[in-house]
Amino acid sequence: MKYRKNSFSGGIVSPSRRRFVQGMAMGGMAASLGLTSRSLWANVEQQQKIPTLTGTEFDLAIGEQVVNFTGTPRIATTVNASLPAPILRWKEGDTVTLRVKNNLPETSSIHWHGIILPSSQDGVPNISDGFSGIAPGTTHTYQFKLVQSGTYWYHSHSGFQEQTGLYGPIIVDPLEPEPFTYDRDYVVMLSDWTDEDPTVVYAKLKKLSHYYNFNERTHKDLMKDLKEKGLARTWSERKMWMQMRMSQRDLADVTGYTYTYLMNGQTPADGWTGLFRKGEKIRLRFINGSAMSFFDVRIPGLKMTVVAADGQYVQPVSVDEFRIGVAETYDVIVEPDEAAYSIFAQSIDRSGYARGTLTPDPAMTAEVPAMDPVPDLTHMDMGMDMSGMGHSMHDMGGMNMKGMDHGKMQMGGMDMKGMDHGQHQMGGMNMKGMDHGKMQMGGMDMNGMDHGQHQMADMKRKPVHPSDFSSGKVIHAPTEYGPHVDMRAQAPQYRLDDPGVGLRNNGRRVLTYADLKNLRGTNDPREPDREIQLHLTGNMERYMWSVNGVKFANAEPLRWKMGERLRITFVNDTMMNHPMHLHGMWSDLETGDNDFIPRKHTVIVQPGSRISYRVTVDAEGGWAYHCHLLYHMLGMFREVQVS
Amino acid sequence: MKKIKMMMLALAVNGSAVAGGMNDDPFLFMLKVDKLELSDAADGTAMVWDAQAWAGKDLNKLWLKSEGEKLSGEGTEEGNLEILYSRAVAPFWDLQAGWRHDFRPDPDRDWFAFGVKGLAPYLFEVDATAYIGESGRMAAALSVEYEYMFTQKLILSPELEMNLYSKDDEETGVGSGLSDLALGLRLRYEIVREFAPYIGVNWWNKFGKTADYAEAEGGDSSDVEFVAGFRLWF
Repeated sequence: MKYRKNSFSGGIVSPSRRRFVQGMAMGGMAASLGLTSRSLWANVEQQQKIPTLTGTEFDLAIGEQVVNFTGTPRIATTVNASLPAPILRWKEGDTVTLRVKNNLPETSSIHWHGIILPSSQDGVPNISDGFSGIAPGTTHTYQFKLVQSGTYWYHSHSGFQEQTGLYGPIIVDPLEPEPFTYDRDYVVMLSDWTDEDPTVVYAKLKKLSHYYNFNERTHKDLMKDLKEKGLARTWSERKMWMQMRMSQRDLADVTGYTYTYLMNGQTPADGWTGLFRKGEKIRLRFINGSAMSFFDVRIPGLKMTVVAADGQYVQPVSVDEFRIGVAETYDVIVEPDEAAYSIFAQSIDRSGYARGTLTPDPAMTAEVPAMDPVPDLTHMDMGMDMSGMGHSMHDMGGMNMKGMDHGKMQMGGMDMKGMDHGQHQMGGMNMKGMDHGKMQMGGMDMNGMDHGQHQMADMKRKPVHPSDFSSGKVIHAPTEYGPHVDMRAQAPQYRLDDPGVGLRNNGRRVLTYADLKNLRGTNDPREPDREIQLHLTGNMERYMWSVNGVKFANAEPLRWKMGERLRITFVNDTMMNHPMHLHGMWSDLETGDNDFIPRKHTVIVQPGSRISYRVTVDAEGGWAYHCHLLYHMLGMFREVQVS
Repeated sequence: MKKIKMMMLALAVNGSAVAGGMNDDPFLFMLKVDKLELSDAADGTAMVWDAQAWAGKDLNKLWLKSEGEKLSGEGTEEGNLEILYSRAVAPFWDLQAGWRHDFRPDPDRDWFAFGVKGLAPYLFEVDATAYIGESGRMAAALSVEYEYMFTQKLILSPELEMNLYSKDDEETGVGSGLSDLALGLRLRYEIVREFAPYIGVNWWNKFGKTADYAEAEGGDSSDVEFVAGFRLWF
């Protein structure tokens, strides 16, 4: 059952399970029902479907609903009594009309995430032109023409309603035939549910920012490090973290301690099931509708061909795994054999997962993989100076470089610019004795580089455009200094080919932003007219978040000129990933290949890194621009005014 | 500009952030009982408390602190209350200033308090306060605590506390200079974040005139005590 309306029975999960969702195979469940395969098929399809609404006229009712994901009934915020909210299936070129009735006792709103439309229809209270939210008991009518196709989603932009359930998928079918084929089409919407009141969650984070983090390094890790690395290296590795009063395990603010991760509204205990028939190609539309959770997604045994990112076509790229930030979407095509597969989406901090099953037969289930070990953040994630190393060499903890063909790689000063490491994820570089503060390459022990998985051939790939990634000095504004900002990245690097903390060197082919290439070439080839540097700032301990050290409540709007081509460069002065979402206009991500710049609506800015994208300012009015982590966006937010 | 001002005004008035109807900096309240313990003091079982409460926003808070000791079957032996204004001045540091009232021992004493509280590099929790009292008395108190995580929930915390005074005060039994020093080691188990029972050991020593005064009264100038208690916050 996708969503248990007023249901207090069935699939009750013992409270102890809630702490860290372990999940369990649903194997026995279906079988014990004693149904025939055919009726089971029908049964699963019936029960697990998020309702789909199609056409051009829609009536949506925002309301409250009892749900039960953990064994304890709770009130959720829903649309048409569904969680996730119904799939809205639109057609490119159509003008859609949506009458949204608010049955909540408080103001609500719906934002159509990633949809290009006039400001007045964007649904952000007091920022979208002429829109102040949908008052209780009233109906608001949205109307706009669809000028794009792909996978998107919608959610509330009021209060913490997104955390309590107000999110749903959007599919816009294209006018033109799609550049790929498939036989079956499933939405896979990931989200995070908590039984706690979100205002309580927020208050707890303010009082004790690591409240939900039960992955801190402990005595056991210290003993292991001492044994394996010795005292001197253990000390030198940990010293900076302790000096800076930061945690190497600060991966997620809100975790599986309170969250039950959902896939299409199904708990890990129940699991979502997607059925297919032998020989079918399946399109999976992954949407991260979480409030706070990044997921690492894979389907053990299946390659996934990524064909669209944030609704926009990309050149097909075959991967084993991808990280999906909050609010991102990825469309992938899979071609399963006649077997059952687990769709496994573990949270970035490995405190839980959402899961589902792709199966030709509801009675056939797949093994659920174990979660990966909890990763540690590295000095690179702190934006430390790795300048001698070129931007692509990330996470080199332990790399052996003896016998390496140095070719063009000059180790003295190590000029690696223009070297595209692609997927090297050089694991295991031995950095013994290295002072990370000043990071002299001379101190690096590079004996015995194991080329094994490095695919050195990749080095011949088209080099990145150095001008794109070396221009622009990183400047920390005076407003970044004070009690509200605990860190400033000293040497933030472009890390487009870095799959991110926890995914480096995991032996799987992991999607990175460097893999994303616009299928049809760069939409707007113009060079940017000007560059705006925005620093993502915060104080984890005090749980304060801001942009350039100025929180939203104190910030002036960003004023952009209609028609200009901007370059936005984000510098992440924090230890966390921030998914930055610009409303109303595309974020043309500079991946290193200027001919095939992909368009995104939400861009992950990795900890201690920088990243740039171009914006064609073609939409007048007021727009929201913010981190899509719900408990960050209260401060890490800007209004954009285009005129 | 006008629009911005209007918006700022709207924010100031109802505290609702434009984008979400939410306030990023809500007024919060926290009560934190760091120690509430029984200790096997030389002259009977003592109850010791060390509690704090604050109310306010991210950068500005009203802060209350109280600590003291009560022997079982007797009145409170030592006890004080501080009322401070706390202002964040650095990423990990708050400046605190206000008033301290020692209501025990008799006679009571009042002090103007000025100090810093925060997290020092290497993750030491520090609370250091200077006091100016009546008749030109001055005093200083320092507390430093560290947390070592055996597991996610089993935490060992060593702690150092000391008090210094500028003048002898025979009535309250404190001598000038380093008056007393305590080293504690407590092992707590966080059943939930908000509640953790603990056991521990506490060594303290009184120095100089403070020790003399204590001994003159028939008390000890040094002791090792076992303690058991709990930590609680909400």
